[in-house]
Amino acid sequence: MTKMPQATSLAIPMPEPRLHRSMTSFRTLFSMLMSILTGLIAIFAFVPLLSVLFMLIWRGIARLNLAIFTELPPAAGMTGGGFGNAIMGTIVMVGVAALIAVPFGTLAAVQMSEFGRNSSTSSVVRFCAKVLTGLPSILAGVFAYATIVLLMGTFSAVAGGIALSILMIPIVMLTAEEALRQVPMKVREAALGMGATRTQMVWKVVLPTALPGMLTGVMLAVARAAGETAPLLFTALFNQYWFDGNLAQPTASLAVLIYNFSSVPFKNQVELAWCASLVLVMLVLAVNLIGQRITRSSR
Amino acid sequence: MVSHSRPPSRLDVAWDRGFRFLTWFMAWATIALVLFIVYKVTESAFPALQRYGFSFMTTSHWDSNREKFGVLPEIWGTLYSSGLALLFATIFGVGVAIFVSEDFVAPAWRTLLKNVVELLAAIPSVVYGLWGIYVVIPLIRPMADWLHNNLGDFPLFGTPFAGPGMLPAAIVLAIMVLPTIAAVSRDALVNVPPRLREGAIGLGATRWEAIFKIVLPAASTGIFGAIVLGFGRALGETMALAMLVGNSGVISVSVLSPANTLSALLANHFPEAQGIEVGALMYAALVLMGITLLVNVIGELILWRASAGMKGAH
Amino acid sequence: MSTATQSETSAGETGAQQDVVIDAKIDELHYGKFKAVRDVHIPFTRNSITAFIGPSGCGKSSALRCLNRMNDLVRGFRLSGHVHFRGTDIYDPKVDPVAVRRHIGMVFQQPNPFAMSIYNNVAFGLRLNGFRGNMGEHVERALRHAALWDEVKDKLRASGLSLSGGQQQRLCIARAVATEPEVLLMDEPCSALDPIATLKIEELMRHLKESYTIAIVTHNLQQAKRVADKTGFLYVDTSEGGRTGYLVEYGHTDQLFTDPREEFTKQYIHGDVG
Repeated sequence: MTKMPQATSLAIPMPEPRLHRSMTSFRTLFSMLMSILTGLIAIFAFVPLLSVLFMLIWRGIARLNLAIFTELPPAAGMTGGGFGNAIMGTIVMVGVAALIAVPFGTLAAVQMSEFGRNSSTSSVVRFCAKVLTGLPSILAGVFAYATIVLLMGTFSAVAGGIALSILMIPIVMLTAEEALRQVPMKVREAALGMGATRTQMVWKVVLPTALPGMLTGVMLAVARAAGETAPLLFTALFNQYWFDGNLAQPTASLAVLIYNFSSVPFKNQVELAWCASLVLVMLVLAVNLIGQRITRSSR
Repeated sequence: MVSHSRPPSRLDVAWDRGFRFLTWFMAWATIALVLFIVYKVTESAFPALQRYGFSFMTTSHWDSNREKFGVLPEIWGTLYSSGLALLFATIFGVGVAIFVSEDFVAPAWRTLLKNVVELLAAIPSVVYGLWGIYVVIPLIRPMADWLHNNLGDFPLFGTPFAGPGMLPAAIVLAIMVLPTIAAVSRDALVNVPPRLREGAIGLGATRWEAIFKIVLPAASTGIFGAIVLGFGRALGETMALAMLVGNSGVISVSVLSPANTLSALLANHFPEAQGIEVGALMYAALVLMGITLLVNVIGELILWRASAGMKGAH
Repeated sequence: MSTATQSETSAGETGAQQDVVIDAKIDELHYGKFKAVRDVHIPFTRNSITAFIGPSGCGKSSALRCLNRMNDLVRGFRLSGHVHFRGTDIYDPKVDPVAVRRHIGMVFQQPNPFAMSIYNNVAFGLRLNGFRGNMGEHVERALRHAALWDEVKDKLRASGLSLSGGQQQRLCIARAVATEPEVLLMDEPCSALDPIATLKIEELMRHLKESYTIAIVTHNLQQAKRVADKTGFLYVDTSEGGRTGYLVEYGHTDQLFTDPREEFTKQYIHGDVG
């Protein structure tokens, strides 16, 4: 049995410990200063985003009306107009790019995660995909120019779409592989144990399970491609007129329109550039948001 | 009892083989695509490679009438603008990464900041370009003028502020690569085993002593990889530079001077290029590809080493 | 520097009234809305080993981490009660937690040497405190204290991570004693080690208590029996819906293991609950 002894009965004199905070100690001051500095840096990181969003709303919303979607870009010095053809061109070219990149990326991801997991080929393929992620977007344009534009002798929506697809492929591929890897091994073993072929296992069990993650990847890729300008500058170029279904002619896009109108000395065009930026950012954010929703709802 | 199981039918087996071949083909097509891109750009650059040789990278003319081409100013501008941008982006990116990975504020605020940085990455570069022209340039003009007037003897501010030029381009470029650096550095910091941090705190280290002496050194490889990857992004970025750098092939250390970069050169000249100029542009693209490939491969290797090292520490 | 000389005088004073270095009275310990510990009142006497035993999740580590304010690192941590360290409440707003940890050192469950040389690991705490003196001598003394000197004296420049698990843990002990704290907190220091390394650490603890006051958390009853002078038994109370740890019984180790006052303690020691 023990009694609780008194808290402060010091039999042996020891130097009194110094526990109190000293506001003048270098260590305390340094730590506080660094915390404040990091806080300021974090706050400062908000500034560009807020500024961009503010400018988009302030200068973009003024021209946001129906004519934007139904009219063609105005010629130099003219008033009014819109950029309906550019919105359409962006959708068409991103569509072409997705048609190429989604099957390409998905199938390669299936190979990496299902059939050739841990093989050296998969490592090389993954490395190549990462190299493609780091490829400057303008070089995708250069490549499409060298292969398609020079071959066809004209700027075209096909060339633009192919250039964009090169940027989409690695995003689709790497996120799909990641999603496929999340599928538990026991699910695969269960399917194989019931006598399914590996392909049946992939189609009936693995792909449905991994689908939300893969769709998120596709959405990310679409959002990225929709905002790209550099690969389109000299592949799709621009077009003053409506897209008429012919993929083999120069095609307008929102991004290139913004670029073209950004540096002209006409107020009307600059206003349209801001308005097109607002539309483009909303488009990109919407697609991103849908992508995030897909993953979240599946969890 | 009747067994319902049966061996795969002949059709199942054929479809299995076919599908597996298809995926195998696509995987190899990725490798082929990378090689083909390198081959195609090199092939298209070949006429210019033959004609201008190495001097292409050491001369400074871009004159399509006299067919004289050299990209020394563009190489300089590419490296200089990316280096400057990296300086800003590293301070802010690593700062944000520390803020998000440490426990300074409630998790909800940290998530908000993380989302804001991710949102920065989602905004198209052409929009940043537009924002740079109409917001950044007017905003820094007074400061830039003051710097030139008062510190003009200092080569960094040796030329008058021309509007579009190195400084606005580097600022916007920094904002664009900040998300890369912040996200990858954050991953590296989060992967530092918490018990190392605890150990330092338990020994009587202040929060920042633990960060500087234990956490940052442990994450240093990953952070370095993040910076290298950010450098790769900055080198290849086109639109913000084409719109903000001034497109003038001068070599100057002054951050107030206009300049040019490889990517901006391609963006401005490709649409109307004819004949040998196409070859010269392809050569410039090849130089850009070489620089960025090198930087990106180094960055990936560093990150790969960092993650391998972390596995050993866990 | 003073502790080493002090210990000799105090070692000679066996039988005298043992004085309390830390008096901990945890009324309630919360992590956010979660009440982790309640009603733990334990005095820690000089040059003795006090053990916390109990099933996992009973809050014994949480209680230990209160004693040098390591819980400050956990968001939402709140304590009602007090922890008096030689008369000063370490939760007083004027007290600097960093200074507390300099006097009350800690050894963790997983050996956590820093990715630097053995020498620098030991010197780390000294350098933080701006130590000016013979560093080499101090490092040697700390390593001798931790019974590691003979094994590492020829490779002080080797990485701390190159040592075996047991050696790493002794390096962490050396690192903790290098700054000469008065109290050593040990949070399951042997749970990641093999039996031989465990015995070595236990032997070391018995040796260290001549110079330090030691508090140890362990889930190994035999270990508490072997090393501890006093033992506190914590158990989980689920009556309020959560899992709240509380002190069932505290006393001399011999008494607690041979003649527990509480029926609950008896059952736990005999393996009937757990």
